[in-house]
Amino acid sequence: MQTVKMVITGPFSAGKTEFIRSISEIEVVSTEQNISTDAEKKEKEQTTVAMDFGRITVDDDLVLYLFGTPGQRRFDFMWEILAEGMLGFVVMVDSAKPETFREAKSILETFRAYAPTPYVVAANKQDHPDAWSADDLRIALRIEEGVKLLPCVAKDKESVKGVLLELLYSILEEMDAG
Amino acid sequence: MPLQGNLRDFSTTQLLNLINLAGKSGTLTFFEGKRTGEVENLGDQKRERIVAGQERAAMSFRSGKLIFAKMIGQDGSLISVLNKAGKLTDEQARIIRERAKNTTDKALALLLINANYVTQNDVVTCIQQHTLDVVYNLMAWNDNPFRLDEDVYPDGSRIQVPIDLENVIIEGARRIREIAELNQHLPNLDMALKFPDNPKEKFKGIHLSVEEWRVVSFVNPKNTIRQIAKANNMSETEIRRVVYGLEQAGLVEMVKPPGMEQAAAGDRRRRPPQKPQVQRVTVNRLIDKIRSI
Repeated sequence: MQTVKMVITGPFSAGKTEFIRSISEIEVVSTEQNISTDAEKKEKEQTTVAMDFGRITVDDDLVLYLFGTPGQRRFDFMWEILAEGMLGFVVMVDSAKPETFREAKSILETFRAYAPTPYVVAANKQDHPDAWSADDLRIALRIEEGVKLLPCVAKDKESVKGVLLELLYSILEEMDAG
Repeated sequence: MPLQGNLRDFSTTQLLNLINLAGKSGTLTFFEGKRTGEVENLGDQKRERIVAGQERAAMSFRSGKLIFAKMIGQDGSLISVLNKAGKLTDEQARIIRERAKNTTDKALALLLINANYVTQNDVVTCIQQHTLDVVYNLMAWNDNPFRLDEDVYPDGSRIQVPIDLENVIIEGARRIREIAELNQHLPNLDMALKFPDNPKEKFKGIHLSVEEWRVVSFVNPKNTIRQIAKANNMSETEIRRVVYGLEQAGLVEMVKPPGMEQAAAGDRRRRPPQKPQVQRVTVNRLIDKIRSI
């Protein structure tokens, strides 16, 4: 059986776990721990400490694994391990939190350095009233024109499908380009 | 929905660049940063949450062009602007203020031009300069909440002179370039300093300032630049400026402190990245599957 892997990365609380949960056929195998500090609890109750793991079975011969990385830098030792052999990656950005844009850009660059695979940027939480538009995010994050920056709502399966499909199209385009 | 955030995450220059490239129209308001005492979490980084307090300044734009800027508490009226630029004397300004209390800036400009006090060019140039002064001042701010309300404009009584943002961004960037260059040259304050091989020769005939001597006295491969700054009670910009000068003069050299050498050796042991071998047909099967979910 062939397995392929995609990585979902991004800053703390960008919506990575939610993204995988929306599309995985299995209950996401999560390594979330209860958050210990009051400051982090304000954002969410649990955080991913090693990885999230989701699965999409194509048929008996092919399975796609989705790995979500932990967002905090203190767990970045996991990033390179998760990045190894990935087909492509999605960088999730919380569009309503400009204070995380710099970190998102830094994570993007880190993953680009790990492997020269295609990637897309998902402008998550587009349903939030304070969300920056995808166009504004492109300028804010200095994402090159050739890189797909996609509006996304991670809790919406169709939206998640759209992001994954765009990543797969990018992978095809890269194969065509040789 | 308005764009909002804080200048500590998104600088004025970046905002102007966004407004210019996206051709936005509206008013960008800057607020006093009110400290809440609450800690917000940005993954590993924790910092105090700052919320918007009173309005401090604003800039307005039409189709990506700067048309107006004001600083709260600063008189930006036409009389004041012309007076500051030396086009009206203090006495003239006082008299006009008294006699034209309820006249809008636009109407006043016409009166002054017709009365040959000033030319139209004087008005345009002075308003432009005032607007730019406000904006360049604002570019030094780095900890204020902001909000961009699209399609909100200043009241029509004020004279609005469109200014291309490219030049404003370039000039503003030039003004803060020194700091940026220092940061770029010395991005890592966890590096250490050492003297060159023949320090006596190098220091012969050199006159150092008090700050430079204070830094030189701590030069040792075991001391990081950050530690030297702390010992001398210097800000990051101050220590960068001094170290840059010393390094350019060949008086010190940058080295990795012992701990960093080991970490770097660990980095070098990393395997080169490998691309997975996946065929086109596999990707097409994945696409079909995801479409069908």
